[in-house]
Amino acid sequence: MADANDRGGISRRKFVAIGALAGAGLAVGCHGEHGNWLVLSDTEARTLAALCDAIIPADDFPSAAQAGAVTYIDRQLAHPYRRHVAAYRAGLREAEQRSLEHFGVMPAAAKPEQQMAVVRVLEMKNRRFFELVRAHTMESYYGSPRHGGNRDAVSWRMLGLDEPPVRGRSDYDATTTERAGSNRL
Amino acid sequence: MKRVNAVVVGAGAAGGIVAKELAQAGLSVVLLERGRWYTASDCRKDDLRNQRTTVLGNAFGPEDAGNPRVWVNAAGQAQTVLPSEGAWSNNAWCVGGGTLSYGAMAWRFLPQDFRMRSTYGIPEGSSLEDWPIGYDDLEPHYEKAEVEIGVSGDWSGEPYHGPRRRPLPLPPLPPNREYGILASAAQRLGLHPFPIPMLRNSVPYNGRGPCMRCRWCCGFACEVDAKNGTQNTAIPAALATGNCELRTQCVASEIVTDPRGRATGVAYFDADGHRQMQPADVVVVSSAAIESARLLLLSKSRLFPQGLGNRWDQVGRNLQGHHYTGAAGFFDFETYDDVGPGASIAVCDYNHGTPGLCGGGLLANEFIRLPIQMVDRLPPGTPRWGAGHKQAMRAWHKRTVVVMGPTQPIPMASARATLDPVVKDKWGLPVARIEGNSHPHTFAIGTVQAQRAEAWLKEAGAIHTSLMDYKPEVVEAGQHQAGTCRMGDDPRSSVVDRTCKLHDVDNVFVIDGSVHVTNGGFNPVLTIMAVAYYAPERLVREWKGTGFRG
Repeated sequence: MADANDRGGISRRKFVAIGALAGAGLAVGCHGEHGNWLVLSDTEARTLAALCDAIIPADDFPSAAQAGAVTYIDRQLAHPYRRHVAAYRAGLREAEQRSLEHFGVMPAAAKPEQQMAVVRVLEMKNRRFFELVRAHTMESYYGSPRHGGNRDAVSWRMLGLDEPPVRGRSDYDATTTERAGSNRL
Repeated sequence: MKRVNAVVVGAGAAGGIVAKELAQAGLSVVLLERGRWYTASDCRKDDLRNQRTTVLGNAFGPEDAGNPRVWVNAAGQAQTVLPSEGAWSNNAWCVGGGTLSYGAMAWRFLPQDFRMRSTYGIPEGSSLEDWPIGYDDLEPHYEKAEVEIGVSGDWSGEPYHGPRRRPLPLPPLPPNREYGILASAAQRLGLHPFPIPMLRNSVPYNGRGPCMRCRWCCGFACEVDAKNGTQNTAIPAALATGNCELRTQCVASEIVTDPRGRATGVAYFDADGHRQMQPADVVVVSSAAIESARLLLLSKSRLFPQGLGNRWDQVGRNLQGHHYTGAAGFFDFETYDDVGPGASIAVCDYNHGTPGLCGGGLLANEFIRLPIQMVDRLPPGTPRWGAGHKQAMRAWHKRTVVVMGPTQPIPMASARATLDPVVKDKWGLPVARIEGNSHPHTFAIGTVQAQRAEAWLKEAGAIHTSLMDYKPEVVEAGQHQAGTCRMGDDPRSSVVDRTCKLHDVDNVFVIDGSVHVTNGGFNPVLTIMAVAYYAPERLVREWKGTGFRG
């Protein structure tokens, strides 16, 4: 588990609070008054949400963070992805530094184009962290909702897949080789 | 502990059948399995935690904690890998083994697959060899597997396979949409498409119902128990004899031998971690290629300082898996109907007969696709992330057909599973160390197969295609692992004889994919099952004659 010093200093929290007031799509989950995540600090969570949303932005369907990407990643970092916690802490800090350097704001407060630019820089300069975040964001969005992402199976509905999955038996008659009255052809 | 006639180590595709055959012949059998017994209700339909996409772990074992292996890259650097990582080369650890969660393609090898060296000669540097037995020896046992475990399909349109006495017991499932798209294209190319034989009920059989055609098949347990593995066929039959006791969560650590060089039983850790010794007249190792080799190598003694059956340093060599190549085709119409098991059509036109190439492999369409599998399978030029990637997922998920297949691996003696000198598992036993690769010829075939898959998709109307022609750095043994205790007549170049008995020890058998001399251009499970019916026949005959009691 993270020690308190890893969880972001007060100044960073304040900074993010300002960012949050600026309203940059921060629906990263409902975790109580203190905003406690299992592994991430609030600051880290907001930064991560910005990166996830650059990787899968909102369009007609929700963004990665809106669908629970941070919940997913935080939850996995607490168990199967414990081995990636250090990479996440360092990578998120780097994302914040680059965002501050280039745009003068934390990633969470940056404009979408700026967030994309930050991710693009990470893709070039910190490939390992970028690949982790990309893979985990994709898992959260396109994987099973039970792990905290893909809220309401939104990605499956986006792809036109039945949710819950319609059983083929309702669609097929196993006693013939003909397809029985399907409306999905 | 009470002495039994036989201990079988591993309750997978082979071990379950061996236990059943021995128990039905009247032998008392203890079947040891390191994993648990899952049932249909353990089917979680979780596309991040299963046996196919394992990013959050293996649903049916082993768990990441306490089960490392060591993987040595092409540059010779060793690293520790976890069971949920591909390099670990996992097959499930549970009752049924891989057959609980497999896709369940039920291929017979072709007659030439048993005579690869005679057919093609030896590619330079490879350890390619003929099997000491042939297709004809296994044919009745293939048939027994098809009938007892239960295979659906229709071979009538397929001209390449060896003679068979009986048709399959179950008809094929009705074709899905991809079948229709690919069948006519294959015919236009002069190929011979046909429905993939599957260890899956298409109609009620063996007291269980038919496939309900959901998406969650390959990599998952079957929710309606329509997929046939040893966990719902051979193992219950073995237990029903009253002669077989199944002990789960029991991890074999050593085959114990006496000063005369005969095995006296198997030492193992039980579910509580206590060390136990099960005395037996015969020991059968059926733990799949990597763990079977490991158990033999762990069984060191004064008479067998290099491990059991390893006098000539052959145990663990010739490790094979399957190298899959193929292509994805992208269409301007919907190709995908989300109807399981997905894989439906195959051709065997490319398994043999290509000038200049040793063997080849089947080509078939892919099992049902999970959205997470499409993330890195989009048309060439698609952005890897951002709005463009999301749009491409939407555009192509249902307009993609993947055709791929396993290439017949050309074995190398240097591709091996050994014991790592440093890393140990949670029982304190040295873990498997995996190194070496298949012969480069394998990848030459793979590239040609990928191009053939692409041509098939283009003929079917694909407007974009992308080749899937990845070359692994180290042999990817995985679910198709084989070869580490190859069968042969010469003890200096093989581990077991043609009856699957160790050359070195009279009462120890290896019966599983380990004994495959070559692994075919097919999913190997039906051949593993056929060998598991074949070998006990001889064992039982010998038992009834002279007996094994030393």
